[in-house]
Amino acid sequence: MTPDPRQFQRRRQGLLLALALLLPASLLLGAASGAYYIPPLEIPRVLQQGLEGASVLLNLRFPRVLLAALVGGTLALSGAVLQGLLRTPLAEPGLVGLGLGAAFGAVLWLAFFPLAAWGLPLAAALGVLGVLGLLLRLVGEGEQPGVRLLLMGLLLGSVLSALIGFLQFRVGDPQGRSLTFWTLGSLGGASWELLALTAPLALLSGVLLLGQSRALNALTLGEEEAFHLGISVGALRWRALLLVALGVGAAVGAAGNIAFVGLLVPWLLRALGGADHRFVLPAAWLLGASLTVLADLAARTLFAPAELPVGLLTTLVGGPLFLYLFARGGWRG
Amino acid sequence: MANWLLAQNLGFRRGGRWLLQGVSLALEPGFWVLLGPNGAGKSTLLRLLSGEWQPSEGAVRLWGRPIGEYRPGELALQRAFLPQQRSLAFPYTAREVVALGRLPHQKGRPENARDLERIEAALRETRALALAERPYFSLSGGERVRVDLARILAQETPILLLDEPTNHLDPRQQLEVLSLLARRARQGHLVLAALHDLNQAALFADGLLFLREGRLLAQGAPQELLQPALLEAVYGVPFELLEHRGRRLVLPVGEGTPTA
Repeated sequence: MTPDPRQFQRRRQGLLLALALLLPASLLLGAASGAYYIPPLEIPRVLQQGLEGASVLLNLRFPRVLLAALVGGTLALSGAVLQGLLRTPLAEPGLVGLGLGAAFGAVLWLAFFPLAAWGLPLAAALGVLGVLGLLLRLVGEGEQPGVRLLLMGLLLGSVLSALIGFLQFRVGDPQGRSLTFWTLGSLGGASWELLALTAPLALLSGVLLLGQSRALNALTLGEEEAFHLGISVGALRWRALLLVALGVGAAVGAAGNIAFVGLLVPWLLRALGGADHRFVLPAAWLLGASLTVLADLAARTLFAPAELPVGLLTTLVGGPLFLYLFARGGWRG
Repeated sequence: MANWLLAQNLGFRRGGRWLLQGVSLALEPGFWVLLGPNGAGKSTLLRLLSGEWQPSEGAVRLWGRPIGEYRPGELALQRAFLPQQRSLAFPYTAREVVALGRLPHQKGRPENARDLERIEAALRETRALALAERPYFSLSGGERVRVDLARILAQETPILLLDEPTNHLDPRQQLEVLSLLARRARQGHLVLAALHDLNQAALFADGLLFLREGRLLAQGAPQELLQPALLEAVYGVPFELLEHRGRRLVLPVGEGTPTA
């Protein structure tokens, strides 16, 4: 009568496998497409024989699609972890001001140390931590913490974007990045250097966050019950928030605030495969990576040679979904 | 082993008010029921005994060792706790909720055959097996209680602490839960539950504990404690004692009680 629980398990494994295949496919497609089209299956031959297009692949496309995957995976995973920590499906790094906190940290760093790009991801992570600390303090214990968090995050976000705009107006950005870059995101600045700068922090945060899945499962029942199930909740919070800050800082420092990836991806996965974080977290990384590669592909080819900010596309899809979720009151409907 | 769970002069202060004061008790295996009016400190006492809250004065000892010295992971193998208010942030199935009870035993490994067997057995014991694959959010209040209770049982701890586990249950389900807890107690568990129904408590419990305004007024066998004078002191309303087939029953009789 009851369906076999193992069937559910198999479905999750199937989904993970499909997502693991989707990512290299997206990367290939992303590397192939652009102003100069190289058929995906020709890519190995082009590289081996150093044909025309090899330098486009090596210098432009590869770093770009890899950065897109890294940034997207990190943002989606961070979103899923943040939702688990705050116990609401409505938390999204870009929306609660974390992304703009990262951008503010990065812009501030560049204003003072225009040539020290190496410090950018860490400065951005500090920006995220600052916003997180402020938000958690402001939201406190009152009624409807989720709603308060969102409202305060949004307000904080608009103050931060004004501050970013002001800083850029006064100081300028040595790398020529605009306010639009920070608020809507772009992978246009991708290079091997930027990738090398971003990857260590983003991957470290990702790997360590994946290890928090059981504790986050327990937290689904509430902080008290997580404690009764043997979780040190305070330590978990610190660890996970710190790792989220590192990840979001690295991602936003490299590509600006690509909004709603962190909301859309975990939501979709919970609808498809259930809410167990042991499934949602790795799946979120994979799907976030693939979707961002594809969104960036669309952003740079739809109106070529002009390039859309990639966050514009993710917001067009994720924003309405968020409104829908919010109107429904989260999961309970 | 006499030192299961011990409270020594336990006090808890919050916001300048003592929610609990001067409570000393020693609990051994058996079914203990915590009674008292709302706000008497029942939940506070349970949370202190579970190690979740630190007492403002006095101490709780588990197996003779101060409970504050246990790590959360160690405590989770000794006692399970069912709070009064329960919530779930994400759409888990009932089985997934029960599976969370196995976390303390897993220490990072995936569910093994024994975990799956315990989850199944716990669901069966609370008659929630038919609900196993349903989303928790789709369950009624009574069904949720059975699933949450199964989670506590799946945790496989010698000590069970429950805050009003019969809330939202109809009479039959209440009986089922209480007889389940009594059975667990006979099997050698220490079960401590806060309840409201005096007669049910007297029927199933091995011992009663009466709290009033944060103080422990009385502790003892049900048939000794079901005295109108004591109950009036606890609840602030007169009680009538009825004898029926050798069993004592009590009934609150206030000014509003219609006369026969």
